[in-house]
Order: sequence, then C-alpha cells, then structure tokens
Amino acid sequence: MSGSGMSGFFPQHYAAQKSAVRRLLSSPLNTLLSLVVIGAALALPAAGWVMLDKLQGFAGQVSGVQQISVFMATDAGKEEAAEIESRLRQANPGQWRFVAREEALKSLEETEGMADVAAGLAKNPLPDAFVVEAGDRGPETLEKLAETFKSWPAVAHVQLDSAWSRRLDAFLRIGALAVSLLAALFAGALVAVTFNTIRLQILAQAAEIEVSRLIGATDAFIRRPFQYFGALQGALGGLFALSLVAGIGLALAAPARELLALYGVAFTPGGPTLPQAAAIVGVGAALGWLGAQISVSIYLRRVG
Amino acid sequence: MISANAVTKRYPQGIEALKEISFEIEDGEMVFITGHSGAGKSTLFRLLAAVERPTSGSIAVNGQNIAALRRGAIPYLRRKLGLIFQDQKLLFDRSVLDNVLLPLSIVGLPAREAIRRARAALDKVGLLDRERAQPIALSGGEQQRLAIARAVVNRPSLLLADEPTANLDSESASQILDIFRSFHQVGVTLVVATHDAQWMARFSPRVLRLERGRLLGDPA
Ligand SMILES: Nc1ncnc2c1ncn2[C@@H]1O[C@H](COP(=O)(O)OP(=O)(O)O)[C@@H](O)[C@H]1O
Ligand SMILES: [Mg+2]
Repeated sequence: MSGSGMSGFFPQHYAAQKSAVRRLLSSPLNTLLSLVVIGAALALPAAGWVMLDKLQGFAGQVSGVQQISVFMATDAGKEEAAEIESRLRQANPGQWRFVAREEALKSLEETEGMADVAAGLAKNPLPDAFVVEAGDRGPETLEKLAETFKSWPAVAHVQLDSAWSRRLDAFLRIGALAVSLLAALFAGALVAVTFNTIRLQILAQAAEIEVSRLIGATDAFIRRPFQYFGALQGALGGLFALSLVAGIGLALAAPARELLALYGVAFTPGGPTLPQAAAIVGVGAALGWLGAQISVSIYLRRVG
Repeated sequence: MISANAVTKRYPQGIEALKEISFEIEDGEMVFITGHSGAGKSTLFRLLAAVERPTSGSIAVNGQNIAALRRGAIPYLRRKLGLIFQDQKLLFDRSVLDNVLLPLSIVGLPAREAIRRARAALDKVGLLDRERAQPIALSGGEQQRLAIARAVVNRPSLLLADEPTANLDSESASQILDIFRSFHQVGVTLVVATHDAQWMARFSPRVLRLERGRLLGDPA
C-alpha cells in the first residue's frame, strides 16, 4: 500500500466487507441456492471425515488388545473345559479368562433389546468359552496360536479378534482415501461454483470496475470485495454443511450405539468436535476465497 | 509536468494515430490540443493517462515515463491526475454524491472526510443541491460537471480532459469553461483536447495542433 499508506488500509477493508454483505443480501434467492450447493458439496466429505476420525480413535483404542476367543462345542461339559484349561496352562499364551455358558446367557439377558430373545429360548444355546488375552505378539504368532487351539478336543470355533481389528484398519485406510478423493472433488466443485458466481457479479459490475481502474484503483482494491464475498459465502456454506453433518451424526448416534453395543463395543458416533467444526467452516471460507481470487484474476488479466 | 519525446502510437491494424510527437508542458500551464476528428487527440489523452502505452518514444507525466511504467505503478500515477473522459464514464447505478465518492474510496479516505471533500467538489461545479439525484436525471451539462467534480475531488495538480464541451449547448459549455478557468487560476495544470472554437476565443491559450497524427507548429 505504498501510495495511500496504512491510514487508507482499514477503511477499504471495511468498505469491501460491507459491499460483500450487501451483495449477499441483495439477491437472497441466489444466495440461498449457492449456500445449498456449497453446503451439500462440503457436507459429504465433512461427514466422511468426522466419522472416519471417530472410527480411527476407536480403532486406536482396540488395536492394542489382541484377543483370541475359544468357543467350546455346545455339548461339551465341565471335563472338556478343564482339559482345555490345563492345556492353556501348559501353552501359556498369556492371560485368560473362562466365560461359562450361564454367564454368557446372563450378559445377553442384560443387553437391551435382547432380553426377550433370551427369555424365549428353551435351552441355553451358548457355549462355554475362553477369552485369551495374547498380548502384543504379532499377527503370525497369534494365528499359529489360534490354529493350535482349534486342534484341541471339543473346541468348536476359534476367533482371532485381531483379525477384525486389522480388517477395520484396512477399511479405515480405504475410507480415508475415499474421503480424500471426495474432498478433492467437492473442493474443486466449490471453487468452481464460487468462480462462476463471482464471474457473473463481475460482468454485472463491469462498468464500475472499468471506471475504478481508470481513476486509480489497484488490482487488490478490485479483488477485495469479491474475495470477501467468496469467503463469506464459503463460510456460510460451511455452517450449512456443519448443521447437516451434526444432524446426520445426531440421527445416527442412538441406533449406532445400540448396534455396536450388541458386539460389545462401546462406541459413540455423534457430531463433529469444535476444532472439526472450525475446520469445516474455515475450509469453506478458504475455498470460496480461492474461487473468487481466480475469477477476478482471470478477468483482470483479460481486460489488461 | 509533461514531456513527450518522439512519441509514436501505432494500432494493431497499422494505423499510426500519433507520429513522432514531441512537446513539453510546464507546471501551471493551460494547453489545448486541437485537430479534426481522427487527428489523434483521444489517443494522446489515453497515453497521458497511461491507459495505453506508446509504440515508441517516451512520454513522462509527473516525472514518470509512461512507456516504462510497471503495471502495479499505474494506479498510483492515475490518482495524481484528474481525468475527464470523452464519454464521461459516470456510474448510473448510484447517486451523484456516490459517483464523486468513488475516487476517495479507492484511496481509502475515511467516510466522514470523504463526504466532506465530495461535497466541496460538488459545490465547485454547482451541483451541491443535486447530490442525492441519479446521474440519469441530470442534463448533459450537469453530467459533464459531475464528471469534473469526480476528476478534481482528489485535488490533482494535472487535469486532463477529452472534449469536455462536445455535445453541449453554448451556455452549458460556457459554465464548463468558467470552471476550468477557476482551476487554472489556483495553479492546476490543464490539458484539454477540443475542437470547440469557443475555448480559443475565451482564453487565447497555448495550442498543440494535431493533423493526422502529426503535431503542427507548436509556438512554445
Ligand atoms: N483502439 C483503436 N484501434 C485502432 N485504431 C484506433 C483506435 N483508437 C483510435 N484509432 C484510430 O486512430 C486515429 C486517431 O483517433 P483518435 O485519437 O480517437 O482521434 P480524435 O480523438 O482526434 O478524433 C483514428 O484514425 C482512429 O480511427
Ligand atoms: Mg476523440
């Protein structure tokens, strides 16, 4: 700002902000449509990101625990269980815990929504089980252990819980890639939408821009109100996206919690955190600013 | 204030609008650029305002060579000039006052001071009572005076005008002439492109006469 100095800086920004707000309010229908488009474009990757972030936190919690569940055949009795217990003592794979079939049924009865199911059963369909906490041993060792358990008498089924944790990990990696691609795609769309909105505004104000430049307006001065407009529109679109994401999170929270509880997983989906909310609005503003910047720059280069 | 040296302007179609023009204009001078339609007056005006650059030669305004000016420096040069365009370039979507406020908002003057200055400029051209009017509601002479108010609101030391009395009746033209004279009297340098004989009769000014892009006998 060599020419006008700092004294001229703030009034110009204030004027540019006012003009941006005025333009947003002057055509409410257009503004609303733009916000819906921008909001929808931001909501999809934002929702994916928020969800993924929660799942990642959850996966981090469980990944350290390597459990092997050893289920006995349903017709196996106390002797068979004792046999397995003694073999476990010999193999010494880590901590283990015996879950008697009666205990398993009781915990099923206490699970919300499952009490009726449990009550309707003529006899207990659940087997005795051992839950082996194998510690952090590496996947190959665990798989070998699981194979050994499977070969023992009266063992019906062996489940390696690290398998699903690894599956979750792989799923999360694919999910992260998908969200990134989606985010890039929709970021491009948002920039394009803003670019076009601004292009139309520039055309409507071609006379003002021409005259302003002829009487000493810098490129920065011409750009400023459009940049504020783009950023404001993007931020408002971000807020709209945020309300969509929070709404989705809220709607999904209760059923998802119940579903996951059935698997014995304590996980709450829910909405975005405060930093995430700020990031969504901030990214909306930044992309809107970028779209405006590109639009005005192309126009200024064209008119020379 | 202005120094032109062998200035040539050739347009892409091969038309030479100005051919090897050289002249000097001192601070505080009042100079008329005359010539028939197509002689190159508007072209010279555009070069002085740094709207276009010369094809060859040098042309310095306020000590800055237009031919070599960085793109980013042009706005700051223009702010020191008062420009009155042949087609006026008023903005018809805003009031008279807002038209005059535009140059002040460009330099970032605070609103209160800007309004005070804009009113002073409107007062000088006799339009103070029309500040709320829309430019479309003004007569031709009033529109021209509005264009002058906008050009002088930044208090430039050099005022450039392209045919400021074209298409005006003689009474309106006479008012415009008086306004220019008052600026000249307070030391503003004036360069006016015109082929209106009324100016010569009133001021007997220094005249740069263009004919098909060439400068004819400049006495100075
Ligand atoms: N942008 C342009 N492109 C091509 N030729 C032009 C352009 N502007 C002016 N000319 C030509 O340059 C010559 C001088 O024009 P101009 O400076 O407008 O004359 P005046 O203002 O004296 O009537 C004319 O022949 C005109 O046709
Ligand atoms: Mg002309």
